[in-house]
Amino acid sequence: MTDGCGAPAGGVTSLAGIDIDSQAVVQGQVSRSGSAVTTGYARLLNAGGDFVAEVPLGDAGGFTFFAAPGDWTVRVLAPGGVAVDRPISAGYGRVAKVDIVI
Amino acid sequence: MSRSDALVDADWVEAHRSDPGVVLVEVDEDTSAYDKGHIPDAVKIDWKKDLQDPVRRDFVDKTGFEALLSERGISNGDTVILYGGNNNWFAAYAYWYFKLYGHQNVKLLDGGRKKWELDSRELVEDVPQRQRTSYVASEADPSIRAFRDEVVAAIGKQNLVDVRSPDEFSGKLLAPAHLPQESAQRPGHIPTAKNVPWAKAANDDGTFRSDDALRALYGHEAGLDFGRDTIAYCRIGERSAHTWFVLHELLGQGNVKNYDGSWTEYGSLVGVPIELGEAK
Repeated sequence: MTDGCGAPAGGVTSLAGIDIDSQAVVQGQVSRSGSAVTTGYARLLNAGGDFVAEVPLGDAGGFTFFAAPGDWTVRVLAPGGVAVDRPISAGYGRVAKVDIVI
Repeated sequence: MSRSDALVDADWVEAHRSDPGVVLVEVDEDTSAYDKGHIPDAVKIDWKKDLQDPVRRDFVDKTGFEALLSERGISNGDTVILYGGNNNWFAAYAYWYFKLYGHQNVKLLDGGRKKWELDSRELVEDVPQRQRTSYVASEADPSIRAFRDEVVAAIGKQNLVDVRSPDEFSGKLLAPAHLPQESAQRPGHIPTAKNVPWAKAANDDGTFRSDDALRALYGHEAGLDFGRDTIAYCRIGERSAHTWFVLHELLGQGNVKNYDGSWTEYGSLVGVPIELGEAK
């Protein structure tokens, strides 16, 4: 398990060893034309549109957030002025998947 | 302090990164980011391995800081340009260390690694070889660091700025949303604290918002009294170092301290007051 505020390498967290029942996980991958986007960032915004967290995209374009139950928005930022928003609903005990094509 | 004393932009870095007396240092939340590519000539500081005491819950002591900077080839007179990902979150934390130990000529790259990447500027994997130095640090400056008793005494008397997310402030979450939820014994916030999430100080590309926008954010929007002393806190003192940078270095507020014990300490203390719920 990660300690401190340190993000996992590449911004993707393995869920191995994590009790999913107590987590509201939001996870996904970012791709462009079928290829993973590895240079970019995923931000989590709350229902009010405020920034909550941000991770760099991982080697496979992946990202993971440990949110709370409720409605969220994932915003992907990538070179070229790309900013793409996707809504997602999270809940305890499941992984809310949101794959994003830019 | 002012913006021009504390920040440089990417064009400045492109033009001066190889100058004698200029040292670029990457400090990232994701400590592997540097290894996958960094700004040419930049060296790395690992916030976890290099900046934390390996035994006690405290940061590296004066001797350790001297050894670290000497090993990285940084001299007392060098201009150190810090940058990192996630709105310079951990670069701002390192900046606070450099100031704490008396290094005066230190600045942040505005926008940090994120803007550099989003602008598609060059990143390299070559690690520069810098000659070892004999860095001499000052004693840690207590005027920019707050401890728990000071924080408890500040309730209702000073500005307390909780820079975590609204859900952490209210007690809904115990940790930032990109980390597993583990943290203090109790959720909530310090009574009378205002909630100004740290990243509100940054634009989407990681650059800092304008001075006027920042003054409005902390002043009439959040209700901080700029005539009072201020203590900023988060969970372990890193996001609040970013806010400390904004208030102390960009806006020039006189007495601003970072409480690096933050919620992981305060929320586990016995007998201190805690409030739950949204900001008032």
